[in-house]
Amino acid sequence: MQHVRNFGRQILLIIISVISLYPTWFMLSTALKPLAYYTLNPAGLPHHVTLDNFFAVLHNWPLLEWMRNSLIVTIVTVFVSTVICLMAAYAIVFGRGFGRESLFRTNIALMAIPPAALLIPMYTLMVTLHLINSLPSVMIFYTGLLVPFSVFFFVNFFREIPLELIEAAYMDGAPHRKILRKVILPISGASTITLVIVNVIFVWNELLVALVFLQSNSARTLMAGLALYQGRYVTNDPLMMSASFLSILPLLVLYVFGQRFFVRGLTAGMGK
Amino acid sequence: MAPVLVAIGLVFGYSFVEVARYSFYVGSAGQLTYVGTANYRELFQDPQFITSMFNNFKLLLVVPIVTALALALALGINTTFRGVRQYRAIIFLPYILPATAMGLSFSYLLQGNGVLDSLLKAMHLPFLIHDWLGSPSWVIFSIGGVIGWQQFGFGVVVFSAALLSVPGETIEAARIDGANWWIVQWKILIPQIRRIIQFFVILEAITVISSVFTYVYVLTAGGPAYSSSVMEFYIYQNGFENGSIGIASAAAVVLLAVASVFIAFYIWVRARAAKGSA
Repeated sequence: MQHVRNFGRQILLIIISVISLYPTWFMLSTALKPLAYYTLNPAGLPHHVTLDNFFAVLHNWPLLEWMRNSLIVTIVTVFVSTVICLMAAYAIVFGRGFGRESLFRTNIALMAIPPAALLIPMYTLMVTLHLINSLPSVMIFYTGLLVPFSVFFFVNFFREIPLELIEAAYMDGAPHRKILRKVILPISGASTITLVIVNVIFVWNELLVALVFLQSNSARTLMAGLALYQGRYVTNDPLMMSASFLSILPLLVLYVFGQRFFVRGLTAGMGK
Repeated sequence: MAPVLVAIGLVFGYSFVEVARYSFYVGSAGQLTYVGTANYRELFQDPQFITSMFNNFKLLLVVPIVTALALALALGINTTFRGVRQYRAIIFLPYILPATAMGLSFSYLLQGNGVLDSLLKAMHLPFLIHDWLGSPSWVIFSIGGVIGWQQFGFGVVVFSAALLSVPGETIEAARIDGANWWIVQWKILIPQIRRIIQFFVILEAITVISSVFTYVYVLTAGGPAYSSSVMEFYIYQNGFENGSIGIASAAAVVLLAVASVFIAFYIWVRARAAKGSA
C-alpha cells in the first residue's frame, strides 16, 4: 500500500514537473530549430540542432543593447533602493524619530498598489523632466515601487536583532552610521541577498513601465524590446524564442545557484 | 530616512494626487479642460471598460483553483522523500520567470492548431480542441490558465514551508487518538496554516486585479476585439495609444479603489495575525 502511494506520488510529481518546465523547454527547443523544420514539427525534438537563430537575433536585433539597458537599470535601481531602504529600516526600528510606526504602516499599505494606476502622472512628470526614452525615467519609478516591500522586509529582519546589541554599541559612543556599518551589515548578508534577488526579478521582468517610458529602439529594456518585436516577427517563432530564451537565461543561472534566496525572499510577504 | 520619504512622496503621493486631478479633466498635459465627473460617466458607459473590469473579476476564479491545487500538492508532499527538494525547485521555477517571455512561449503553444491542440488531438480528445486565444468567450480563461500556471509553484512553496512549521507532536497526538490521514489533514494541518492560506488568497487576489497587464499584452493585446482587456490594459490603451489622459486617469482611480478594498483586507488579516501570535 505504501509502495503504491509512493509510486503514485512520483508519477504525479513528474507530470507536474513536465507541465512546469514545458514552456521553457519549448522555448529552447524552438530556438534550436531551423524555421523550416519548426514549421513542420513545432513540438518535436530538435533533430537538426542549430545556433543560427541565436546568432541572428544577436546580430540583427538590438538585443545586446536591450540586455545592457536591462542590466544597467537593474543594477542601479536595486542598489539604490536597497541602500536607502536599509537606512530607513534602521531608523524605523532603532531610531527615535517621530512617526516611525506610521511610516512602516504606510509602507505595508503601499506594497500592493498597482503600478498601472501611477503610470499617467509619472509619465507626464518624465515628459516635463525630458527623461522619456532615457534609462533614469524607469530607474526613478522602479526605485519608488521597490521601496515599500524593501522597507517592510528590512524592518521585519531588524526586529529580530536584540536591541541590547545596538544599545551597547551606542553606549560605547558609536554613532548610528557606524553601528549600521559595523554591527548591522555583517549580520545582514543573507537577508540583503534575499531582498536583492526579489528586487532583481521585479526589475528585470517588468514590462508596462518600460514599454511606456522607453519608446526608442535603442533605449528599450529586454522585456519591452521582446514585447514590441513580437508583432514585427510574427512569422518567425524560432527567432522570438531565441531572444526570449536569452532574456530568461540570467535568471535561470541565478536560480540554479541561489534557489534558497529566491524562495525565502518571494515568500516573505506572508508572515508578520 | 529622507531618500525613502522622497521616493514614496514622488512615486506614490504625487501620483495619487495627480491621477485624481487628471480624472476630472480632458485634453493633454499642456492644455487641460475641467469637465467634472464626465470622465467617470463616460467610463461606466464604455462597454470596453465594463468588459475589462469584469475580466479582472473573472480572473479572481484563478485564486481558489490555484489555492486548492497548491494546497493539495503541498499536503501530498509534506514528508521527506528522495527528490522532494528538486521537485519543489522545479515547480517553483515558473514563478520567477518573466511573464513577457513565458507569455510569448504560451502564445505559440495555445494558438489555434498549436501545440496544445495537436496534443489534444493525439490524445483523442477532439472536443477539447479550441482556438484558446482567438475565441472571445474562452480567451480570458486561457489567460487565467497561464497566470495560474505561474502562481501555482508559489502556492506550493508557501504552503510547504508553513506545513513544515506545524509541530510534529500535534500530529502524533492525533494519530495516537486514532485519527486517520484525512482527519489529520482536515482537522489539524489545514487549520494550523489557516493564516498563511488567508495571506496567499489575498495576495493572489491583489495580483489578478492589479498586475496582469503583461499576460494580456503579450498573449492577446486585449483581443479578439477587446474581449480579453483588463483594467490595466484599458489604462494603457486610453492613456498611451488614444491619448485620452482623463479617461485613463478615471480608470486608474477605479482600479485604485478596487485594489484598495483588497489591500484593506490584507492589512486587516495582518493585524489579526499579529494579535494572534502575540
